[in-house]
Amino acid sequence: MANEKVKLHGFWVSPFANRVKWALKLKGIEYEYMEEDVWNKSNLLIQLNPVYKKVPVLVHNGKVILESFLILEYIDETWNQNPLLLPQDPSQRALTRFWAKFAEEKIFEAAFNALCSHGDEQKKAVQLTMEAMEKIEGELKGKQQFFGGESIGYLDIILGWISYMLPVFEEVGSVQILDPVKFPATIAWSNRFLNHPVIKDTLPPKEKMLVYFQERRHIISCANLGWIKF
Amino acid sequence: MAESSDVKVLGSWPSPFVLRARIALHLKSVNYEYVEENLESKSELLLKSNPVHKKVPVLLHGGNSISESLIIVQYIEEVWSSAAPSILPSNPYERAISRFWAAYVDDKWFNALRATLLAEGEEAKKAALAQVEEGLALFEEEYEKLSKGKPFFGGDEIGYLDIAIGCFLVWIQVIEKFSEMKLIDEANTPRLFQWADGFSSHVAVKDVLPDVEALAQFGLKLRAKFLKTPQ
Repeated sequence: MANEKVKLHGFWVSPFANRVKWALKLKGIEYEYMEEDVWNKSNLLIQLNPVYKKVPVLVHNGKVILESFLILEYIDETWNQNPLLLPQDPSQRALTRFWAKFAEEKIFEAAFNALCSHGDEQKKAVQLTMEAMEKIEGELKGKQQFFGGESIGYLDIILGWISYMLPVFEEVGSVQILDPVKFPATIAWSNRFLNHPVIKDTLPPKEKMLVYFQERRHIISCANLGWIKF
Repeated sequence: MAESSDVKVLGSWPSPFVLRARIALHLKSVNYEYVEENLESKSELLLKSNPVHKKVPVLLHGGNSISESLIIVQYIEEVWSSAAPSILPSNPYERAISRFWAAYVDDKWFNALRATLLAEGEEAKKAALAQVEEGLALFEEEYEKLSKGKPFFGGDEIGYLDIAIGCFLVWIQVIEKFSEMKLIDEANTPRLFQWADGFSSHVAVKDVLPDVEALAQFGLKLRAKFLKTPQ
């Protein structure tokens, strides 16, 4: 589609913005990337997303689309060439959406809390993360390559942060979550995901992530403030 | 067209989320069996159909078990896609807008609504009410943009966002009763006020809305139980 103006507002370490990058690249969609400093938000970002003031924001021919889950569906529906991100069958679509919601609510939040908490609070967060990951491990059993089948799909993209960001959380928080005995299918999937040509060139540098999250852990005191959104 | 035995909804009468599933089925003229669950003593069927969350609503259809109300509504739209009306707009951008506001309802607004009922102390309650009003002001604005002069967010007919917000209307009446203030009224939210009337009296909605008095009683019980439980 020539002359389609696509702009993605993101933040280098945001796993949510990265999802959109992956989707655009998988579909072969040309786009302009705009780095936002989420710690010093631009007026433009606030204008584009007044309700949440967050990235990612996709602007397509002047239309503003927000929320990574919704941006992915928008991309799939607007550029409906292969690869299709969501399955065609309604019950498979429902299951995909279900697991995406589950993973975001139960795995990401708990893992982020494991990153920045201490002691018993952290132990609890690790336990909750692993309990939730057991369900995803179950879903991966018997899957060929990816949740999406032969190619990367919506659920792979949503869960993709596990492959490159969760190990950083583990290192910074000094915890182990990705136990190879408990999660062999997840780890195998994670390695395939990381080696995918579209994915491996769009990851933030590990050293930079370590520094960033070490700072976050320092600043955030999860024990005092409770569950904090990324 | 599905036989009523093919489609089942597991629900609970006070739940606004269950209403979403039922309204969507009514809009598509799908016959279904409604099963009232006792949430204090969940059925084997419910536990088996939604093992992850063990919650209502659950839609059972031809061997499929679908959970999470907005996911159920989208499923209904996609399965019965040839039945009018369309629940979601056909244009991807407009779909994204409907989904955005429905997600806002569930991710942000619902917590405030819940807090108006369950919050301890006047300060917390006031803060929650303020947040509910903030949300309603946003919906008032969006309604003007999205309805384009028609009766519903979805246009001529009830759509995804009407369902996502409208399912809470009786709960809003309960909260208005308890807090002795109006949240949706002709003065502050004139468009929503009219919309609420149209939504509540719609043929796909009116027979499944709970009775305000019964819901208020339920609300009191819920609050009492919640405040007793250590948080």
